[in-house]
Amino acid sequence: MNGLRIIVLAKQVPDTRNVGKDAMKADGTVNRAALAAIYNPEDLNALEQALRLKDKYPGTTITILTMGPGRAAEIIRESIYRGADRGFLLTDRAFAGSDTLATSYALASAIKTIGEFDLVVCGRQAIDGDTAQVGPQVAEKLNIPQITYAEDVISVVKNKIKVKRRLERGVELVEGPLPLVITVNGTAPECRPRNAKRVMKYKHASSVSERQNSSEDYIALYNERPYLNIPELNLKDTKAVEAEVGLSGSPTKVKKIENVVFQAKESKVLSANDEDIESMMVELISNHTLG
Amino acid sequence: MNNIYVYCEVENGVVADVSLELLTKGRKLANQLKCKLEALVIGSNLASIESQIFPYGVDRINVADDERLFPYTTHPHTAITVKLFQEEKPQIALMGATSIGRDLGPRVSSALHSGLTADCTSLEIGSHEDKKEGKVYENLLYQIRPAFGGNIVATIINPDCRPQMATVREGVMKKEIQSATFKGELRNLEVKKYVHDADFMIKVIERHMEASKVNIKNSSIIVAGGYGVGSRENFDKLHELAEVLGAEVGASRAAVDAGYADHNRQIGQTGVTVRPKLYIACGISGQIQHTAGMQESAMVISINTDANAPINKIADYVITGDISEIIPRMIKYYKKNSK
Ligand SMILES: Cc1cc2nc3c(=O)[nH]c(=O)nc-3n(C[C@H](O)[C@H](O)[C@H](O)COP(=O)(O)OP(=O)(O)OC[C@H]3O[C@@H](n4cnc5c(N)ncnc54)[C@H](O)[C@@H]3O)c2cc1C
Ligand SMILES: Cc1cc2nc3c(=O)[nH]c(=O)nc-3n(C[C@H](O)[C@H](O)[C@H](O)COP(=O)(O)OP(=O)(O)OC[C@H]3O[C@@H](n4cnc5c(N)ncnc54)[C@H](O)[C@@H]3O)c2cc1C
Repeated sequence: MNGLRIIVLAKQVPDTRNVGKDAMKADGTVNRAALAAIYNPEDLNALEQALRLKDKYPGTTITILTMGPGRAAEIIRESIYRGADRGFLLTDRAFAGSDTLATSYALASAIKTIGEFDLVVCGRQAIDGDTAQVGPQVAEKLNIPQITYAEDVISVVKNKIKVKRRLERGVELVEGPLPLVITVNGTAPECRPRNAKRVMKYKHASSVSERQNSSEDYIALYNERPYLNIPELNLKDTKAVEAEVGLSGSPTKVKKIENVVFQAKESKVLSANDEDIESMMVELISNHTLG
Repeated sequence: MNNIYVYCEVENGVVADVSLELLTKGRKLANQLKCKLEALVIGSNLASIESQIFPYGVDRINVADDERLFPYTTHPHTAITVKLFQEEKPQIALMGATSIGRDLGPRVSSALHSGLTADCTSLEIGSHEDKKEGKVYENLLYQIRPAFGGNIVATIINPDCRPQMATVREGVMKKEIQSATFKGELRNLEVKKYVHDADFMIKVIERHMEASKVNIKNSSIIVAGGYGVGSRENFDKLHELAEVLGAEVGASRAAVDAGYADHNRQIGQTGVTVRPKLYIACGISGQIQHTAGMQESAMVISINTDANAPINKIADYVITGDISEIIPRMIKYYKKNSK
């Protein structure tokens, strides 16, 4: 088996476990700047599956593709520290407000720009949008098959990939022809940690926009070591049609956003003593809550 | 034309609960929109499947029956759904937010360039005014869903593209038979018109499915335990109470993660949604991801050592104290006072 050409889709997400009040903008889109940005958890599981294939099939290359604002280049550095070969940052104002369909179209256009591939690996679901729709939609846009809920990529032999899927109520072992898209479940093995040597080598890797205000010493460094450049792709580079991305390319519109609030209701406060518990049980029996 | 379609999942000859729940919802929406409700069933050995579906008030059932169509694989089911939708132009299409629906839905929506809203918790009909375009849309589907880890609830609409597609998790909508004797039209699709041999490129080599044994979703009383229960042994006390009350045992994710209870008992955003008559929360703090799955319970009892546990805010009875003392008392006084 020759090496595989793998593209991993990884997304930088706001840490939704800590969403503050002022994190939403009036138009229904999210003010990501107000939240800590992290590597989407299941995308790390996806990266690990790719890294395992690289361990198994020498010559395999892993390319990260992330779509987001300039600071999403962090996802590419993090992936390279853990063993990915390179990455592209897909970034353009025109992508702002994209729903999953417009996002998938943009990602698929970028994948075609990057070149030929055998496998696209994504996470199952991002913890912000929470839809799990991008993987299958990218597959449809590329017109190739998909294997969702992957827990273990077992083997790739003669252009056939064998994958164990973890479903709600069971497991499936499936086989399909390359190229295809797989989406990786959170139950798959965790991602390996950073490799210290790679951190040393790539810690100055940056994208053009990140370098805008760098000193001349740094500019010299990038000229000397081209591997430190994180390439950026914009709408034009991908030849995507502008009307198909961003808000105009999104069939779904966010009409309204509400913050979840607890509604206080009148509650009876009881203590743990026998009288209180007995009177509650009697009440519940008499009003037929308990049979 | 322009009807409401529900994609129905079938396993072992039984239509999935989530599909029946969606048919129930679909019937109500169809009445409101004055259109018809249709079901789409794709699989093999589907003879007499209609008897499970018509009672939900389904005007027409479209069946694609072919031995290659079970077990589910993406391409053939997508091909049939896409082509049928192109022919029939439904205004709304609903699917379960299941391993199947979440694999199929996005693929279909991408092929049709119609929007898809994931994991809706509520579906309503409403209008929308686009002030910029000076346009008013009537009878849109409001697709209401939590996002951002349950911290917000968004109302999503698809003003221009059809069908308006949504997935809904099992247990979120109620399942209600319309009439046991209702009969609509049965239409068998000519499968080879819709699928090509090349669509069967993914092979299922092995498959192990478990019927979910625990049925917390349909239980009218739930005794749910959280991390505060402290051990698997203490969880046995919850089972004891549940047995006495004729209830099922549920759990928070922290309790599941700690190994006190199995995953199929998990209630909440990443577990099942329940709406029992009575929910007894034992040692559960009441984080939003948990309450998202139980806040519609008709009555809630919270037992917690912390008088200020967040769950107390949605409880009808707040008992401040240790579950190891309180549960035995509940058992004792139930036995004493019932019958
Ligand atoms: C409140 C709210 C609700 C929304 N609801 C919907 C909805 O119901 N339907 C809808 O179509 N859109 C919806 N959106 C828009 C949607 O969140 C965005 O389009 C988002 O960019 C992609 O969806 P996701 O986060 O759900 O990703 P998922 O589909 O959950 O992501 C799956 C995988 O795709 C890959 N991926 C996704 N995005 C990227 C990226 N930018 N770069 C690289 N890889 C990526 C990752 O591998 C990821 O693990 C909503 C947005 C908001 C703010
Ligand atoms: C994306 C995401 C999805 C999630 N999905 C879910 C989900 O589906 N379901 C879910 O439940 N959670 C979910 N969670 C986790 C959720 O955020 C909470 O961590 C979890 O619900 C907490 O469980 P708990 O209340 O049992 O534990 P804790 O928060 O640890 O609370 C334990 C409670 O027990 C009380 N206690 C301690 N000892 C006793 C005693 N002896 N007697 C009585 N009371 C006692 C304490 O006062 C405390 O209130 C999710 C989280 C994320 C980020």
